[in-house]
Amino acid sequence: MATEIITPNTTTMADLKGRVEPDWCPGCGDFGVLAAVQKALVELQIPQHEVCTISGIGCSSNFPGFIETYGMHTLHGRALPVATGVKMANHGLTVLVTGGDGDGFGIGCGHLVHSMRRNVDLTYIVMDNQIYGLTTGQTSPTSRMAMKTKSTPYGNVENPVNPIALALAAGATYVARGFSADQKHLTELIKKGIEHKGFSLIDVFSPCVTFNHDNTVQWFRPRVKRLEDDPNYDASSLNAAMEKAQIWGEEIPIGRFFELTGQPSLEEMEPVLELGPLVRQSYQIPAEKARRFIEELM
Amino acid sequence: MRQSFSIGIGGAAGQGVASPGDIFAKVFTRRGLHLNAYNAYQSVIRGGHTFLTMRVGESAIGAVDGHLDLLIPLNQDTADRHLRLLQAGGACLYNADTIHPGTPGEGVALCPLPVSTLADISRNKIAQNTLAIGAALSMMGIGFQSLESILAAQFRSKGSAVIEENVKLARAGYDYASQNFKPFAAPMPLTEKRYAALSGNTAMAMGAAAAGVKFYCAYPMSPATGVLHWMAQHGREAEIMVRQVEDEIGVINMAIGAAHAGVRSMCATSGGGFALMSEGLGLSAQAEIPVVVIDCQRAGPSTGVPTKTEQGDLWQMLGAAFGDYPRVIAAPLDIADCFTLMPEIFNVTDRFQCPGIVLCDLLLSEGRLSVDPAVLDFAPRVDRGELITSNGSGDGEPYKRYKITPSGVSPRVIPGVPGHTHVVSSDEHDEDGVLISDVYTNHAKRRAMMEKRMRKVEGIAAAVAPPQMLGPEDADVTLVGWGSTYGVIQEACELLREQRITANHLPIRWLVPLHGDVILGLLGKARHTIIVENNFSGQFARYLRSETSYVANGHIRKYDGEPFFPEHIVAAVKEQLAGRTKLSVPAHEVMV
Repeated sequence: MATEIITPNTTTMADLKGRVEPDWCPGCGDFGVLAAVQKALVELQIPQHEVCTISGIGCSSNFPGFIETYGMHTLHGRALPVATGVKMANHGLTVLVTGGDGDGFGIGCGHLVHSMRRNVDLTYIVMDNQIYGLTTGQTSPTSRMAMKTKSTPYGNVENPVNPIALALAAGATYVARGFSADQKHLTELIKKGIEHKGFSLIDVFSPCVTFNHDNTVQWFRPRVKRLEDDPNYDASSLNAAMEKAQIWGEEIPIGRFFELTGQPSLEEMEPVLELGPLVRQSYQIPAEKARRFIEELM
Repeated sequence: MRQSFSIGIGGAAGQGVASPGDIFAKVFTRRGLHLNAYNAYQSVIRGGHTFLTMRVGESAIGAVDGHLDLLIPLNQDTADRHLRLLQAGGACLYNADTIHPGTPGEGVALCPLPVSTLADISRNKIAQNTLAIGAALSMMGIGFQSLESILAAQFRSKGSAVIEENVKLARAGYDYASQNFKPFAAPMPLTEKRYAALSGNTAMAMGAAAAGVKFYCAYPMSPATGVLHWMAQHGREAEIMVRQVEDEIGVINMAIGAAHAGVRSMCATSGGGFALMSEGLGLSAQAEIPVVVIDCQRAGPSTGVPTKTEQGDLWQMLGAAFGDYPRVIAAPLDIADCFTLMPEIFNVTDRFQCPGIVLCDLLLSEGRLSVDPAVLDFAPRVDRGELITSNGSGDGEPYKRYKITPSGVSPRVIPGVPGHTHVVSSDEHDEDGVLISDVYTNHAKRRAMMEKRMRKVEGIAAAVAPPQMLGPEDADVTLVGWGSTYGVIQEACELLREQRITANHLPIRWLVPLHGDVILGLLGKARHTIIVENNFSGQFARYLRSETSYVANGHIRKYDGEPFFPEHIVAAVKEQLAGRTKLSVPAHEVMV
């Protein structure tokens, strides 16, 4: 018996609570990111069934299971192409992509660069803990030089990726960095990212309490400085953003580095989508068109 | 023997071998003639050697062969390589200024075209091509008017001056040949029929469009790129989203994303690109998101020979991605089947929510065949399976994406429908979609989910037609092939019959499901069985043996990058029936 489901008029935190509790380590930064995403969706009042949360593989990639939206848990590093496919086939959905630094800046880095240059309307939230957690503590693409991990017992000798500079260079139109322990600020960054038309990268410091003893909440807290606190900072300037992206050490900027508005997103560039979301279009080729396709061959 | 006429056109890459081929194809199919064309080429943009063979006749032509009735060499190299392929009654039509064909076989006419006196070659570098087309038409007894409209269409984008010039050139060649060359003994027939001439890649793209595909993505790779080209050219009109993606890993995952959002979704590649897609294929199976992947096989391994054909990817398809999961694999039998297979495989993958692989090869992908336009049916049966697309179409129960059912199929919902939120997952999960890979790990649930997915195998086997024996039930020899060998084996059977050897043919189209019992039943009655395939190790023979324990009496294999000719199979059958060998590997005699 078919039954129409009556949807509530409002989206609440309770609606978005996942059907299982997160199994992250107690104190994991990812709890803060999850709460910030849920708050952002509540504040924007986006119905849960119009959201698709897509992840790769890793601790943070278990995220879609902990929030009650449509979700996809995909392959390691492949969340962005999957999400692009979802968005292309139904651009009416709000598509969030969640994952870790290994997933996004390591195995999936190629897809990241291309997703950014395409300016596809996705909000990509990277829970960056500068370590591989689920595989029990190896160096990651954002691990600092000299960091000792299980795979670099004598200290890491490779330079880390600078996600902000990478995103700016690749053409992302919204580039931000958050800190999981600064919930309110992070929620704002995520809200702006969702509202931004085009690709948004939000790199979030989300410390790993178990395997990264260098970059802890205590380490970050005195260092992070909100760009929003500087009234002279101009987030529409690519050069200013690139300059800020180079700062790392006693002071680490967080906030909205860059936003370019008015740039058409990939969906807006595609005439086929002018007819509405692909999934709602007819899939029957009209006889007249079919005749033309065949006639070309005769 | 089938009445047919073969034309060979060869030259260096960049000399314009393709467009005379296109023009001839139109001339013949508009006369209601069948054709089969194969272009032997190299992975080079300029230079090297390209050789197009086109065989034409009143009845269907399943393969090209190593004989020519007309050779048009565009350079000396081509004349040197192929003059000897001309049979008695044939002719070589060439540019007298630049080519010295040498001594032809008996009964072969040399027809020199004085290109520099007939055309201003300082202006038109490819004048010899157009002159030769005109001359050839005259010798084949075809009226000139049929060429005019084809040339106009061919050169439309280049403007009326170019059209006019080419028509004039073709006319000059036509008239010169009428006055100076002897026409072929039998003029080209004319029938009431009209055919479309198309490649397998075009056929697969159109078949997918007919099946309702709305999302196509790819990374360019020979010999699959033709699918992308048709899609890119026609996507807007056909209302299909077409994307070129950064790599094949991105391709399959993007296709899966689109499929998950609810549209029919497809991608195409060749063996190397497919290797990159393997993990994604596993995702499609585990998350139960249907996706169709075309693999156009080329000679491997590694990057192999990009422009040469092979049937060497079967075991890659059988073993792609780790773990056990339901999949379907089908190999189109000919270019027409490249079209008709697509709606069928989409229906199966949609119904059973699993990955589907179309195992094509360069021979079909880039070959050209005349196809009755009625076969190109753009209103095929579409079965999207158990798909919840709107609010109110569910059963009112709390939704479980991976609900355990007797068929193994759980109703799928497209994201956006209220009240059905869930997670689809690459990690093992329970009925609800909750991961059972971490704190919820549970061996009983894991077993139940494996059994649920694998139950689909039975349904898939019932949904697909088993293979059928073609030809007389009682035969001296039974030839077993799969995919693209269909046409060449069919013709070999006819040739054998003329030599008083009765042969029948078991073409395998669905590799998974295989219908092993049906095959055993059919082969159990056979007197002498020979498996024919375009690879080194007998990939199908080994697969058949692993599934059924059946061991054939003999094998015919070819792995030099070129397709079988009917004569290869005839000669091999004869040597095997005479007890001289159990494994024949025919040598390719055309120097390409």
